[in-house]
Amino acid sequence: MRNKEKLVEILLTLIGLSSVTVLGLIILFIFKEGLPAFAQVGLWQFVTGTRWSPGKNLLGILPMIAGSFVVTAGALVVGLPLGLGCAIYLSEFATAKTAAILKPTIELLAGIPSVVFGFIGLTLMVPFIRNFFGGPGFSVLASALVLGIMILPTMVSVSYDALRAVPPVYREGMLALGSTDWQAVKMVVLPAARPGILAAAILAMGRAIGETMAVIMVAGNSTIIPTSFLDPVRTLTSNIALEMGYATGLHRQALFATGVVLFVIISILNLTARVVVRGKTR
Amino acid sequence: MFAGKAAKIELREFELYYGDFRVLKKVSAAFAANAVTAIIGPSGCGKSTLLRSINRMNDLIEGVRVTGEIRLDGKNIYDPDVDLIWLRARIGMVFQRPVAFPLSIFDNVAAAPRVRGILSHKELVPIVETSLKAVGLWPEVKDRLGQAASSLSLGDQQKLSIARAIATQPDVVLFDEPCSALDPIATHTIEDLMQSLSEHYTIIIVTHNMQQAARASDFTMFMLDGNIVEYSPTRELFTNPKDTRTENYITGKLG
Ligand SMILES: Nc1ncnc2c1ncn2[C@@H]1O[C@H](COP(=O)(O)OP(=O)(O)O)[C@@H](O)[C@H]1O
Ligand SMILES: [Mg+2]
Repeated sequence: MRNKEKLVEILLTLIGLSSVTVLGLIILFIFKEGLPAFAQVGLWQFVTGTRWSPGKNLLGILPMIAGSFVVTAGALVVGLPLGLGCAIYLSEFATAKTAAILKPTIELLAGIPSVVFGFIGLTLMVPFIRNFFGGPGFSVLASALVLGIMILPTMVSVSYDALRAVPPVYREGMLALGSTDWQAVKMVVLPAARPGILAAAILAMGRAIGETMAVIMVAGNSTIIPTSFLDPVRTLTSNIALEMGYATGLHRQALFATGVVLFVIISILNLTARVVVRGKTR
Repeated sequence: MFAGKAAKIELREFELYYGDFRVLKKVSAAFAANAVTAIIGPSGCGKSTLLRSINRMNDLIEGVRVTGEIRLDGKNIYDPDVDLIWLRARIGMVFQRPVAFPLSIFDNVAAAPRVRGILSHKELVPIVETSLKAVGLWPEVKDRLGQAASSLSLGDQQKLSIARAIATQPDVVLFDEPCSALDPIATHTIEDLMQSLSEHYTIIIVTHNMQQAARASDFTMFMLDGNIVEYSPTRELFTNPKDTRTENYITGKLG
């Protein structure tokens, strides 16, 4: 009995370690493939260079860094309020029956392949933006809208769970003071659920910054720093996906280096967000 | 029976159903102003239901239906024109477990006036201070109002809940087994507090603890199975019960 227990423990530890090992190997591989590009182009030159033209050996990814940031920020501007509002409605105002229908429906969005979102953006949003706002239609705005919708399921279901986890006595305590439902939500339920809502936002941000296919289809992908919401953009992930198929030599290494930069940016964002969440939890 | 005290709340043939289940059965009784009235009785007899009918917290439960009346200063609170928000501002409630919102000590008390639309810090400060003083918590917390309310002991959290309940300036405060989560010392402070509060408020307390009712109340109501069995001044009920069921209960032979 004792021995069996020990065996299970060792097995589980190995399994746990193996997933960490795989992660470690992936990171190692990306760095190994990418670092020569940093050496050759120069780290500073690589991340602040504004021209990306592999044919001419001009390898600066600042336009893509800017693209990733602005598209992700736009997606959050669209998706966070919408997702949080939806979660608040489902958790606090909808009847149990309505919530039981709506929540799985929203979660179904997560199961739709991203290429389908890209296709919808391409056939509906891009022409709409072109006709009503001008520009090529392929734009920061189109990417933000598509991504904003794609992060909804994450945002809604994680913040819904956070809201549901708030003890019912808080709501009761507020209502007993003569508060309206909305006052109870605003004054006590939301503050109580804040760590979970921040976690939802982090996950949503990770989803937005990592999404590739849908963005490629609606962003326009030109390698210039966008100056308006109607300008086309290229993100870091798109840069890799678009060119990896034919890249060789330094160009190929530069794409891996793009991956390294993306990895570092995501790690920093995650870390900051986690610190923020922990600060708010106390 | 109230020895000159006015009736603040009056139940008239009040009945409450959870679906088809009749929990309160044609209950008629009055509660005296500026006194502590205890409701005792075995678990499940309808004490909490009766209490929560007075500030209409039962309205939150699906399938609840009532008949009869509950009058507050003569006005039936189940009339269709009664504003629940107004009603609950006039009738405060303290729950079994202390409710410390995940906010600062200050914000916990300030929640009550804020609900009524008092938002300026200048107006909130004196209300918070008065309420905390009324429950005797002020000396202890005045230098750390910004700290999380969860840092207080359970007994102090319950005092905080009481401070919040009276910060809406109600006439009536309802207590539903307010000491069941507390140690004996904290229990005694809360009992004393209820007595001193009864100078300004009408206090109704549900308790399963007979010693508590005997110690802390002016009048005691004994309930059984959705009916009032006996209701009289506390001393009388405990020393000279008229109904044998009351006698059995207070001597421990029942429930
Ligand atoms: N939400 C509810 N739905 C259905 N029945 C309930 C509900 N709340 C209480 N009851 C029932 O009503 C009766 C009285 O409950 P309660 O007023 O809580 O009793 P007490 O406070 O005296 O212990 C009990 O039989 C209980 O099971
Ligand atoms: Mg009860």
